[in-house]
Amino acid sequence: MEIWRLPISASQRGKLISAGYTSLSSLSSLSPSDLARELKVSEAEAMGILKAASHSRGAETSNASCSILDGAQSAWDMLHDEESLIHITTSSADLDNILGGGIHCKEVTEIGGVPGIGKTQLGMQIAVNVQIPHDFGGLSGKAIYIDTEGSFMVERAFQIAEACIEDMSEYNRFLRKDFQECKINMKPEDILENIFYFRICSYTEQIALINYLDKFISEHKDVKVVVVDSVTFHFRQDFDDMALRTRVLSGMALKLMNLAKKFSLAVVLLNQATIKHTEGSFQLALALGDSWSHTCTNRIVLYWNGNERYAYIDKSPSLRSASAAYSVTARGIRNSSSSCKRIKMM
Amino acid sequence: MANKLISEVPLPKSIANVFAARNISTAKEALSLTEFELMELLDVGLTEVRSALSQISEIVAPTYQTALSLMEERFQNEHFRGHFPTGLKGLDAALCGGIPFGVLTELVGPAGIGKTQLCLKLSLLASLPTNYGGLDGRVIYIDVESKFSSRRLLEIGLRSFPEIFQMKAMAQEMAGRILVLRPTSLSEFTQSLEQIKVSLLQNQVKMLVIDSMAALVSGEHEQGICRQQTLSWHISFIKSLAEFSRIPVVVTNQVRSHNHDDASRYSFQVQRRDGTMEIPIRYDSHLIAALGIHWAHAVTTRLVLEAKSGQRFIKVAKSPISPPLAFPFHITSSGISLLSDDGMELMGPEINAIHCQGHNEISNFGREGLQ
Repeated sequence: MEIWRLPISASQRGKLISAGYTSLSSLSSLSPSDLARELKVSEAEAMGILKAASHSRGAETSNASCSILDGAQSAWDMLHDEESLIHITTSSADLDNILGGGIHCKEVTEIGGVPGIGKTQLGMQIAVNVQIPHDFGGLSGKAIYIDTEGSFMVERAFQIAEACIEDMSEYNRFLRKDFQECKINMKPEDILENIFYFRICSYTEQIALINYLDKFISEHKDVKVVVVDSVTFHFRQDFDDMALRTRVLSGMALKLMNLAKKFSLAVVLLNQATIKHTEGSFQLALALGDSWSHTCTNRIVLYWNGNERYAYIDKSPSLRSASAAYSVTARGIRNSSSSCKRIKMM
Repeated sequence: MANKLISEVPLPKSIANVFAARNISTAKEALSLTEFELMELLDVGLTEVRSALSQISEIVAPTYQTALSLMEERFQNEHFRGHFPTGLKGLDAALCGGIPFGVLTELVGPAGIGKTQLCLKLSLLASLPTNYGGLDGRVIYIDVESKFSSRRLLEIGLRSFPEIFQMKAMAQEMAGRILVLRPTSLSEFTQSLEQIKVSLLQNQVKMLVIDSMAALVSGEHEQGICRQQTLSWHISFIKSLAEFSRIPVVVTNQVRSHNHDDASRYSFQVQRRDGTMEIPIRYDSHLIAALGIHWAHAVTTRLVLEAKSGQRFIKVAKSPISPPLAFPFHITSSGISLLSDDGMELMGPEINAIHCQGHNEISNFGREGLQ
């Protein structure tokens, strides 16, 4: 019954069915005034219903090969899109390697771990690295940092920004091969100015902000990454109705995915670790439950392995399960300094 | 913001009436439903629901600030650029100035290690005028285990700032700024918190100390996961209190012994059977912080106080700005002082480990020295 799929109100749907219109094709040849008379509604309302019906049928298609199914894209065309995918570096080459170049744009990546492992540090590093200019292989973009816990520390962001600029000068120096100190015209203050900071104090504000981001990013088209630190905090308490929580979270994830695709930006969601009872023992797992673990496209778990911090690709449609060591230094996220570091492939 | 009424949002009259008719009066209620649920409930079309939601969201969503303006605001408006110096030079240097405003700082360690001593010193410091490194305001000290000693407080004051505390009137003024609350149950504590939130700003409260958080729950006879849920409202409340008042909040926590229920691995770690798997290192008294992982996520800075081979250390176990450093310290008549301002950097998760070796000998010695 195609009528059920139309985004119209329940009473309009009811009227359509009782008037005998059960499929979309039956509406195709009607004019608004005829429909208005049949359903005993205003002409404007009838116009709305017909528009919704024709939109569903997808009268216009941009790609001739997709006239079979509306809104579909052939795998060949998608391959072209995937190859031109842009990444945001994490400043750790090993980590970038297992990520296939860095954090993917047009996708939602969830990063979770125990307290103190470096989630906020990675979030801040990404918010700085998205601003690396095109000349240095970056996106020249701006960042939105949504802070739900108050973990964002400006002094640290300044430190990371400063180190990033120094690294770029260093790179420039080698590139130019004239061994002179090459000053870039960027200052750490400029980087801080391009981070849009939002502080969230409840889950209602979190939902409202994510709804509002569509309009905000339309007005600030150079935003290329949205970091949410952390997506968990306000959803771990306040909810007695777990089913409602699942619905709200999946609605939020869907909106974020749409944002990522529509504006070609990366969405990074930081999650907390919790203790789960499985298989007779207690294990660490990321918070927000099983249904949430299905919603994000990519999932990276940060964990301790001996004395090193490691990142593990827990879930990805295109990357192999692998882990790599990284470290948190005064300059930000960098490669691990241990001599026996290696990338472990599963 | 979350409790914004729908009636205050400039929506078209028709849809505002429908919301009211269906008893959806706050933004929170409207935003908790999905678009389709709202369509069914209100009997309106998708476009109208979307436009109503986007208008409500725009009003409820917080405004942004660039990170630069955040930094400038903090540097200009706040004492000491948003960090409260503890007087322990090495620690202050590591923490970029001191204990950060607006977030929770936790002191965790075994009994008798010096957590309360440090809290007393910080409370005293906060009451002092700004030219002495203080916050020139009141301090609220929530003393759950009745460990607050005003005699000890004044002794610390006399030894550290003799020029102020030798004058009785000044000593009275400073000590008078420290307000001690002694809740005997979790519900009393909850009431005190709500009271504090209301009067924080007009009473010029510049610091909040809770000594100790763990003691509040241990009296409530609940285990493990239930204990965490009991505190989750309080964690949220204290964090928001710290946030909007921009004051430093210091909370102490106890330790407990590691038991089999404590998890340290993910499922993918357990499956791998090769040399890279971590073997949990056992110390002679394997202790971990009480209150669980949810609490550990909620604190921004965690300072671990421990005793190793008879020497006490204060370690920066979790901090957004500091590397994992450990500083040796001892307790003196003027409070706590560091034996070295150059911290030792510790590798790996050892920074989080809590030792209690040779501690008992030390604490007895210390007490004699203080008489």
